[in-house]
Amino acid sequence: MKKTALAMLLSTLAASALADLNVGVTLSATGPAASLGIPEKNTIDLLPKTIAGQKVNYIVLDDASDTTTAVKNARKLIGENKVDVLIGSTTTPNSLAMIDVAAESETPMIAMAAAARIVEPMDAKRKWVFKTPQNDAQMSTAILEHMTSNNVKTVAYIGFSDAYGEGWWNEFSKLAEVRKIKVVANERFNRTDTTVTGQTLKILAAKPDAVLIGGAGTPAALPQRSLKEKGYKGIVYQTHGVANNDFLRVCGKDCEGTVLPTGPVLVAAQLPADNPVKKSATEYVNRYEAAYGRGSVTAFGGYAWDAGLLLANAVPEALKKGQPGTKEFRAALRDALESTKDLPASHGVFNMSPNDHLGFDQRARVMVKVENGTWKLVK
Amino acid sequence: MDLQILLLLGQDGVTNGAIYALLALALVLVFAVTRVIFIPQGEFVAYGALTLAALQAGKVPGTVWLLLALGTTVALLDGVRLLREGRFRKLPPLLIFNVGIPLLCAGGLFVVPPTQLPLWAQVAVSMLLVVPLGPMIYRVAYQPLASASVLVLLIVSVAVHLALIGLGLLFFGAEGSRTPAFTEISFELAGAPLQGQTILVIVASALLIIGLYFFFERTLYGKALRATAMNRTGARLMGIPPALAGQLCFTLAAAIGAFSGILIAPITTIYYDSGFLIGLKGFVGAIIGGLASYPVAALGAALVGLLESYSSFYASAFKEVIVFTLIIPVLLWRSLTTKHVEEEE
Repeated sequence: MKKTALAMLLSTLAASALADLNVGVTLSATGPAASLGIPEKNTIDLLPKTIAGQKVNYIVLDDASDTTTAVKNARKLIGENKVDVLIGSTTTPNSLAMIDVAAESETPMIAMAAAARIVEPMDAKRKWVFKTPQNDAQMSTAILEHMTSNNVKTVAYIGFSDAYGEGWWNEFSKLAEVRKIKVVANERFNRTDTTVTGQTLKILAAKPDAVLIGGAGTPAALPQRSLKEKGYKGIVYQTHGVANNDFLRVCGKDCEGTVLPTGPVLVAAQLPADNPVKKSATEYVNRYEAAYGRGSVTAFGGYAWDAGLLLANAVPEALKKGQPGTKEFRAALRDALESTKDLPASHGVFNMSPNDHLGFDQRARVMVKVENGTWKLVK
Repeated sequence: MDLQILLLLGQDGVTNGAIYALLALALVLVFAVTRVIFIPQGEFVAYGALTLAALQAGKVPGTVWLLLALGTTVALLDGVRLLREGRFRKLPPLLIFNVGIPLLCAGGLFVVPPTQLPLWAQVAVSMLLVVPLGPMIYRVAYQPLASASVLVLLIVSVAVHLALIGLGLLFFGAEGSRTPAFTEISFELAGAPLQGQTILVIVASALLIIGLYFFFERTLYGKALRATAMNRTGARLMGIPPALAGQLCFTLAAAIGAFSGILIAPITTIYYDSGFLIGLKGFVGAIIGGLASYPVAALGAALVGLLESYSSFYASAFKEVIVFTLIIPVLLWRSLTTKHVEEEE
């Protein structure tokens, strides 16, 4: 279906010769966030090469998970490549730093990083900024709902000693208090740590009903293995940062029974047929796996795909108001992005508004459980 | 905190300390003989562990290509020189070591699927793939600058470190790996479980340290290395070629690094960039030993391991801060107690 649409677009393109639409992408394909940035980069290659008859050029730069480089890239893309829209970056600190650059040059920007701070509170600068990943608060709420329904009264937290772990701790501890779940331990570990025995023992001493691990990617497997090794029997929760197959590979049988919230794309095939996200999520999974092999899809690549969908949806509208490369076009593109309505994507359904530049609701998250080394949708 | 926790933390600290101690020894050795502060030491840990993991996953590790490329470069560099000087008899060994053996390894990997090999053979193949990188890197990056100042050599080290990290990402990908345990045995010690793997790490490290001691005390090559470390010019006058000493100590450093990596791969997840931090902690140990004393460096590294383990219990968020702050009082104490000697130029 996508192909016929594409063919139609191509035929309309033949008639018109317009200035190309330039999309500037900066993402973290190397450095600590590489495991998130690489699938995003792979996904950018799958995005449509023409939108509404308009040739699209993607200029992809690597910021090496470094904030300064991300800003430099953003400036380069805007100054030298005259991009009409920015996509990026992969991590929250990088994306936050890029906001100023985007706002200053009045270029719309779509971030692929999770923190709510990127689009909230709405102000004159954030007016230009949109993002595709779910907010931590949405995911925290999902975890706490699951905890309440499974009779968890006390919980221990262990997270990365960086912005990711800290962000989760802030959201989670706040919401846990509201829901009367007692947080009995709060520990930190580093992505590069080779052991977390100390933290694990302290958590075990507090005897929590459940443990939440606030880490991303395969490093988050370390506390879980350590807990298992020391004989912990309660439920272990992870965050959506671990939603890739490498995590399952590294964690092995120690991760059986782990519960985590994630975007529906991870379990696209298991979604009920009436789920509005099923079709769009399955399409992304098929496209990605056709290009990079079976089982290669991750939730992170979905953020890039959704950014592409937002663009594909908004660009035809903006083209009516101006030509790519002009200030009018960028402003029109921003307005069109902001008025995105009922757009099913791989992670949920976008309903943007002037105050909500994420636009996701409950449909953007599901709870999954690790069973026999695969992700299983929790009904 | 009860006795059991105390024991478990101590056990953890000693295990990590043993690895740091091995790396600290390698760092002291390299610095003493060649005056190179060997920042890429940690990369050998990661390369060793990830090469083994790749073999076990049935993949051909990227280290093969690096080995072939570096080997060919070395063969070209030295081959041209030998041809010019007309020393044809030295050519065959040069080619066999730098091109023949890597080719044999690469060919072997394509013929025999590595997953079918027993564990010890996988370990041996991994060592064979990673260890020759040490002397090759010395030949290509350090030997032409062997008489440069410590600062220049340090800058080269940073460059080599960054190059190896980048190649590591290319070879092994961004995600980490963990290898299956060598042994599943576990004991009870004063009510605390003790993993067989932990004992293996400590015993293997201890054996390696003893082995190194005998190597330096009893063998001709070991004595040559010690002589070079004590007095470079004097050793040269006695007929010990500095290039040989350099390559030998880099071989040892690479072997120690790769072996440490293989030892800890089953205990923790290793990433392409994990090596740096592990190496840095070994470096703190080496600093405690003043980059000169082997026993003090090993003890210092063990102290780093224990400190790390206990601080992860009391203040997990400040663990690294505590470990690396240790360097300040040590440097203060060293600068107050030892006489400053200007570096010979």
